[in-house]
Parts: sequence; C-alpha cells; structure tokens
Amino acid sequence: MQVPAPFDYERATSVDHAIQLLDRLGSTARVVAGGHSLLPMMKLRLVNFEYLIDINDLHRDLGYVRVEPAQIRIGAMTRHRELLESPELLRLFPIFHDAERVIADPLVRNRGTIGGALCQADPSEDLSAVCTTLDASCVIRGVGGERVVTMAEFYRGPYETAVGPAEMLTEIRIPVRPNGSSAFEKVGRRAGDWAVVSCGVGVWLDDGAIADARVGLAAVGPNTTGIPAVSQALHGRPPSEELYAEAGAIAAEYCTPVTDQRGTADYKRHLAAELTKRALRRAVARVAGPGSGADKGVG
Amino acid sequence: MRVNGAEVTCEIEARLLLVHFLRDHLGLTGTHWGCDTSNCGACAVWLDGEPVKSCTVLAAMAAGHDVRTVEDLERFGELDPVQRGFMECHGLQCGFCTPGMLMTARALLDRNPSPSEQEIREAISGQVCRCTGYATIVRSVQWAAAEEAGTRVADSS
Repeated sequence: MQVPAPFDYERATSVDHAIQLLDRLGSTARVVAGGHSLLPMMKLRLVNFEYLIDINDLHRDLGYVRVEPAQIRIGAMTRHRELLESPELLRLFPIFHDAERVIADPLVRNRGTIGGALCQADPSEDLSAVCTTLDASCVIRGVGGERVVTMAEFYRGPYETAVGPAEMLTEIRIPVRPNGSSAFEKVGRRAGDWAVVSCGVGVWLDDGAIADARVGLAAVGPNTTGIPAVSQALHGRPPSEELYAEAGAIAAEYCTPVTDQRGTADYKRHLAAELTKRALRRAVARVAGPGSGADKGVG
Repeated sequence: MRVNGAEVTCEIEARLLLVHFLRDHLGLTGTHWGCDTSNCGACAVWLDGEPVKSCTVLAAMAAGHDVRTVEDLERFGELDPVQRGFMECHGLQCGFCTPGMLMTARALLDRNPSPSEQEIREAISGQVCRCTGYATIVRSVQWAAAEEAGTRVADSS
C-alpha cells in the first residue's frame, strides 16, 4: 500500500489565510490543490512535508477565466476540465483546447489545476509549454503583496519555480493581441501519458505576413523551452510550407533533449521539428478562420 | 462528508486516502483499490458530482463534500441502466475495473445522454480494463443510453 508519511492537514479558507499558514509553517508546509502530482510524489516518499494546506476551497476565489480587452486572466485554481470547456479560451487561444484534450485523462482533469501544473514545473508538462508559448505572466502573492513574473523568470529549473516558501501562485495572465491564433501538438507513448515531445505555437499575422510567432516545447530541456530564434526567423515573412520547415529545423537545433525511456535524443529532435511544423500550419490556418477549411489540414 | 447521501463523521489520520476511508472505515468495498498511482481508475468515485480517482484524494479533502460510490447506483431494489447494460452486453469479465467504469459511465450519461462511441472511449480513457478490450464496455454504455432514451420516450408519450 502506498501512503504518504504522516503530516498535519490544514484547510485554507482564503488566499490570505493560506499565505498566513505558509508564512507561519515555512518550508515544512506545502499547498495542495488537485494533488495529482503532489500526492503520488508523497506516496513514493520522494517528498515529505509536515503540513499540507488544502486550498481547494479557494476554487471559489481562484477558479475563473476572465476576458479583458488586452489580456485573459486565469485563476490558479481553475481545473483542467474548466480550461478544456471554456468557450473564451477556445475562441481566443485554441491551444488550450488542443492541449487539455491530451493532458492525463478526464478523471485527473476533474481535479488538477493550472496553478498546480505550473508550480509542479515538470519539464514535460504541457500547460507550461502553453503558457511559455503565449508569453504568459504569473501573479505570485506573499505576505508583502503581489508580484508578477514572466514564464522565463517563473521557471528556475526542473521542479523549481520562483514561488517562495511563503508565497502562492494566484493568477496567470495572457496578453491578447489581434489577428492571431495558436495550436498545440503532442506525441505520447499512450493515451494520457506525459509527452515524448509536445509543442505549442502562437502566431500573429499582419497584412499576410507573420508579425510574431512563438514556439514553446515541452520535454526537450530542463524547462519548457521557448525558442526565440524561431520568432526571429519568422518575423515579417509570409507563411509557407518552406517557412514551417525552416522553423522546425531551428526548433530541433535549439532544444536540448536527452535520451530516456520515452525515446532517444535524436527521435525527440525529429519530433521537435515535425511538431513545430504541424502546430505552425494549424495556427496559421486558424487565423484565417474556422470557416476557411484550412484548419483541417493533416499533420 | 456525505457518502451516498448519508452524513458520515469520523476521526481519521490526515494521510488516509479516500479509497481506504470508503473501504476500510465505511465498509464500502464496491470501490476497488487498484494501482495506487492514479493510472487504473478502479477506485473512481464521484466527488461533488464528478468522477475522480479516490486513491489520489485525501479523505480529509473530501470532508464537507458529497461522495457517491457504486453502492448508490442501485435505487429501490432496481439496478441502474448502466449496471443492466454491463450485464446485457458482457461489459465485464473479472469485474475489477467495473465499479469505476460504472461510475464514469453514469457521469457521462448524466451530462451527455447520447454519447458517440468516441465520446464513450474518451470518458473511460483514464481507466484500465484487462479483460474486455473495451469493446463490450462501450456497447454496455450504448445499451444504457438507448435504454434511457426509450424510457424517456415512454414517459413523455
């Protein structure tokens, strides 16, 4: 039987309460949201805490997708299922819908949260790639107030984030820019598994040319990896199959996969190139609109 | 917490998992304890109306919430249509995955009374069956959907 080592359980009634508890209990405590990464790790005794602070009651405060003119704000307790079913995200950032369909399975998605996924900081985690792709920023709250960090600042290394022992992630903000769309591609060994490689693309067009394009890759480096060289190469050029292939080659070159039980480094580089190409193709087709039929392109 | 509609109060260790609380403290052994790693889905129960894997939920986290287990599917001595579907269409062989499959199937049909085969397969994609190859499980859920559609027609005529 796998059970966690003994700990004391606290239930936070508000964000401030959770932060007070964290402040008092320090690094011996950890917040638990969906628990689908933390509890398995505690069962295996990979991590042990003296206190778990259950923040599921904060879903009423931090479970939301709010659309503003220049940004979307997603509460950290928003569950995977809610992201999958959000009509606002489907319209503005279909990358979330693509990714959420292949994250774990429906039962896990009923519990897991975006905040938990990001704070787990697993290098193979799909939502981290999505947030990197979309140039998201993270709102972190502590005793002294709030601070906002970029995704690059948020990730410190595998399983390590900028969130301090007495702080918690409360919100993810994603800038909304006109005339853009996004897509996500993933190859896993079987349904619900972690990615061998997954790839997010966001693209924004201006007068038929690419005004900006962003690529975020998971499982090919110590953190989900944005590839700025792709953005530079695509800037100002009209979308074409040749351009997608070029972007894929750059992504493969700039990522740093390692050989493990999910595949060889060479295979992962191949996937990085291919998935970048496919995601770019789909994202560009989506800018043209769902009625164009271009979105149905096979990868 | 409320389990199958009944209020339950118990002093427990914080680390007790919901699946063990249901089985060992309440004697509700219909919920099966399988892989312990939130892969197999044999332990699926409802938490506030949605199916979850009870090996990855602390019993303490369910305090104050509604839990529903396979024991609650039968009502007034009559099996739920999904249970009858599994009987009619041989949806089980060894039966280990069945309680979880039933709870997920019931939740699916409550949200989507006429799911496609693909939607059924997606709904049970977090659960493992090593006997049936899933084909008869899908058929069982389809049987239940058709049965309920028939009942609705009969009720409205």
